[in-house]
Amino acid sequence: MAGRAFQVRHLAGVAAAALLLFLTLGTLGAVIWRADAGRALGPSDWAAVRFTLLQAFLSAALSVGLAIPAARALARRRFVGRGLLVTLLGAPFILPVIVAVLGLLAVFGRSGILATALGWFGLEPVSIYGLHGVVLAHVFFNLPLAVRLILQAWLEIPAERFRLAASLGAGQREVARLLEWPMLRAVVPGAFLVIFLISMTSFAVALTLGGGPRATTVELAIYQAFRFDFDLGHAALLAVVQFVLAGAAAALAFWVAVPAGLGAGLDRRVERWDSRGALLRLQDGVVLGLVGAFLLLPLTMIALGGIDAFAELGASVYLAALRSVGVALAAAALCLILTLPMALMISGMQARGGGRVVEAIGYVSIAASPLVIGTGLFILVFPVADPVALALPITALVNATTSLPFALRVLVPAVREVEASYGRLADALGMGGLSRLRLLLLPRLRRPIGFSAGLAGALAMGDLGVITLFADPNKATLPLALYRLMAAYRVDQAAAAALLLLALSLAMFWIFDRGGRVDADA
Amino acid sequence: MKYTTLALGLLLAGPAVAETPVLTVYTYDSFVSEWGPGPAVEKAFEETCGCDLQFVGAGDGAALLARLKLEGARTKADVVLGLDTNLTAAAAETGLFAPHGQAPKLDLPVAWDDPLFLPYDWGYFAFVYDKTKMTDVPSSFAELAASDARIVIQDPRSSTPGLGLLMWAKMVAGDDAPKLWADLSDNIVTVTKGWSEAYGMFLKGEADMVLSYTTSPAYHLIAEGDDTKAAVAFSGGNYMQIEVAGKIASTSHGDLADQFLTFMDGEAFQSIIPTTNWMYPAVTPAAGLPKGFETLVQPEKALIYPAAEAAGLRDKALAEWLAALSK
Amino acid sequence: MLTLEQISLSRGDFSLSADFLLEAGTRTAVIGPSGAGKSTLFDVIAGFTQPQGGRVLWMGRDLSDVAPGKRPFSVLFQDNNLFPHLTAAQNVGLGLNPALKLNAADRARVAQALERVGLTGFEGRKPGALSGGQQGRVGLARILLTARPLVMLDEPFSALGPALKAEMLRLLAEVLDETGASLLMVTHEPQDARLIAGQTVLVSGGVAHAPVATETLLDNPPPELREYLG
Repeated sequence: MAGRAFQVRHLAGVAAAALLLFLTLGTLGAVIWRADAGRALGPSDWAAVRFTLLQAFLSAALSVGLAIPAARALARRRFVGRGLLVTLLGAPFILPVIVAVLGLLAVFGRSGILATALGWFGLEPVSIYGLHGVVLAHVFFNLPLAVRLILQAWLEIPAERFRLAASLGAGQREVARLLEWPMLRAVVPGAFLVIFLISMTSFAVALTLGGGPRATTVELAIYQAFRFDFDLGHAALLAVVQFVLAGAAAALAFWVAVPAGLGAGLDRRVERWDSRGALLRLQDGVVLGLVGAFLLLPLTMIALGGIDAFAELGASVYLAALRSVGVALAAAALCLILTLPMALMISGMQARGGGRVVEAIGYVSIAASPLVIGTGLFILVFPVADPVALALPITALVNATTSLPFALRVLVPAVREVEASYGRLADALGMGGLSRLRLLLLPRLRRPIGFSAGLAGALAMGDLGVITLFADPNKATLPLALYRLMAAYRVDQAAAAALLLLALSLAMFWIFDRGGRVDADA
Repeated sequence: MKYTTLALGLLLAGPAVAETPVLTVYTYDSFVSEWGPGPAVEKAFEETCGCDLQFVGAGDGAALLARLKLEGARTKADVVLGLDTNLTAAAAETGLFAPHGQAPKLDLPVAWDDPLFLPYDWGYFAFVYDKTKMTDVPSSFAELAASDARIVIQDPRSSTPGLGLLMWAKMVAGDDAPKLWADLSDNIVTVTKGWSEAYGMFLKGEADMVLSYTTSPAYHLIAEGDDTKAAVAFSGGNYMQIEVAGKIASTSHGDLADQFLTFMDGEAFQSIIPTTNWMYPAVTPAAGLPKGFETLVQPEKALIYPAAEAAGLRDKALAEWLAALSK
Repeated sequence: MLTLEQISLSRGDFSLSADFLLEAGTRTAVIGPSGAGKSTLFDVIAGFTQPQGGRVLWMGRDLSDVAPGKRPFSVLFQDNNLFPHLTAAQNVGLGLNPALKLNAADRARVAQALERVGLTGFEGRKPGALSGGQQGRVGLARILLTARPLVMLDEPFSALGPALKAEMLRLLAEVLDETGASLLMVTHEPQDARLIAGQTVLVSGGVAHAPVATETLLDNPPPELREYLG
């Protein structure tokens, strides 16, 4: 009876998880099915595995390590432009690779700002190329994500707890131990895992800033097996290796994470009594200044680089932008449709039991190789339909699943918190099904929902897609138009298109995120 | 009255449109982009063929071949346009292509006798630099390796020009290729996924030279009025890229496909190529090349491996490249 | 009439059994040492916890398969009785319709209930902007409106001062008078029991004992209760 009730209640969640498995493991299965026995793993593949793990570990460790002080500073300071800063900080994560790399080079490159500044002091420019360059770029991409994930958790510590701590005369150190450490213990392993997985499947960034084939990742090896050797079996084998590594990382992160259990509050505005010292203010100021400069300077360079040719952008680019906005909105909607039922299902299950399994399924989509997903979908779709006609819907769907783990990351703890605090009351009042969703969950989850939708939309906007094999030439999205401009030597217009893309992605993220953060008690 | 005629015309045209044969041409993405040859080619061909020419884009040449292999005999393509000589051996191996049966008078620096694939344009790989920033320009691989010039190249595993450079170095250095790459390694700023990334980095000042084509400066000169970019002819010659098209054997529009291949090496198509694909046309148009092309550097020798030999050397050359640059 | 029929439940060291009935119209306090199982008993009756053995019946009807919200009980917890994102009126209105689909008549009844507890003019406020006493009144207004035959309270108003708490209990008694509902109230304050409950269930030693008159129990406490009362 309980089992059946569970199944009915979580039918949507089960369906979402199944779709996710189909898109990741199912597409891999399709590639394997189509492949002949491939080449076995060789020394170069193992070298790629080693490099992938090393750079992913460093990228994740550094991103999270820097994100903690930055999120803390944002959590306990109120200043003019804070909201804008939080939004802008999200930008690097959603940039197409090529744009971000050129932005980074404008700052850290050979003729970048840093090299010029060093030149004034008669110093040699520092080369960005190498393992440190790869890590730098991955931190640039992922630090904002880590900041947002951790900041979210910070803001979910109820104001009452800080009040209690203040009443106990707790200073910064005691607050850290009593409230912040348990919260970090709960959120940091997940953030680390997410960034580790993202960095694992990176390839163009790793290659370009890594300085050459030393920086070969598993994803590049898959790319080579697919298009250079056309050895589908080998590509699939490498994809399996990637999944196994991701699975091991996920198991480790789940094992480390401990739920915080800080309970609910009355949505009072957080006043921080523990961080009023001048030294602490200075410390937070310096942290935010440095992180802000690191993230915003490259963005500024992208924006400046794009202004000149902005007026030259043709109608086709704007049409592509419109198409991208449509894809982004669809991805945002799909992401919520998939994530909410899964989050409800996971939070209804044992935190350390079945819930973990379903949550792990959510993460599979970042560990999946985009190339394998695209190829698998192509193999599956081609016999029954024209893949080209499905290119845009598939882009939206795949991006929805790419953002799903991040959405789960913020939604699951939030749902658990809401259920722990108000679940019994809602049960006692007989609020079930849709009215529970409408009156309890959606209003209490506005913040994570806004964040998730914004992220999914922004990611979809900047994604070149898994559809390179079957993009519709007459229905280019904005990132594709950008690449086409570059391929046609129109570097200035490409820079302008990058600016347009940046602005649109940010606007999309800001609108959703803002919608979610409008004060619930106003 | 005018409207009646129009309506009547539409009525009459209706069934005719429904029966218009569709010729499906698979090609790489930048060919069909607004700034590529695609739109003009489509317009010109449809004026004469009484058909609907539909381009289907897929990444680059290698992605195109991968897609074709995935589709196999069920492919909807009638013609595949955009492979180069590094891919034609593998493409021929699929058994999907039919002989083109054409014999146009080609203006290639090398002889052409491939029965399956027909060239439509070609170019020389070359290192491009900025004349205002670089004065001491190395003019051979050896000079480049000995210089402190900084270059950006593309990864042969993910990029067509990258693969071209690999073959070029192999042809020039032969068994000494590993040493050549080792000597070059301190000149290489970085290796990019594709041409666009590398060229973008060069324009942003990340490198003194970038691997591109001898025809690249023509874009800057003709489209931007900028004559600061130049390509180097290496002593010993520059490697060629020849881009080709082929007819799918199982096509149900065989005649139309033949007609397209004939059109491809005709005046209309060929005069579109230079200022959209920024390559040399396979058959020089009657009016000659656009003004500006005469300023381009002419390599002293055109280098290219025959398709079969290129395919045989590829894996060994890649292994040498990887070994030398991974140290 | 609430019947606890051979209820039993155990988790590790903890165990609880109950086998008694509460007549309709009675007001019953549940007291006992902390950790003895008062809240567990509450959860079993309210339907948040399934007992391992036995049944809960209301007027002879087995409630085993009845979800908490469908049981004929109104419930107030120690805290989190109000949703912070909903207004006072909406929080009360949930008692009428858990989907908050209220017609004009419903809204009038909500206003009436709020007026009854002295909160006219506070309809649009959210809990964060109400005092502790006012929050308690909103909860009572909802009970008034649901008018279910048994009101269950788990350590209610424990955050309020004695005067305010006494006032709440008086208000509660009035609400019970008006609705004719029975009461089951978990408390750790013997004073609360004397104030409002005619009979008391003592939970100790793993057993929820059958109710006895509150005065009798508190005036002549058995040893385990004496120890708790100090």
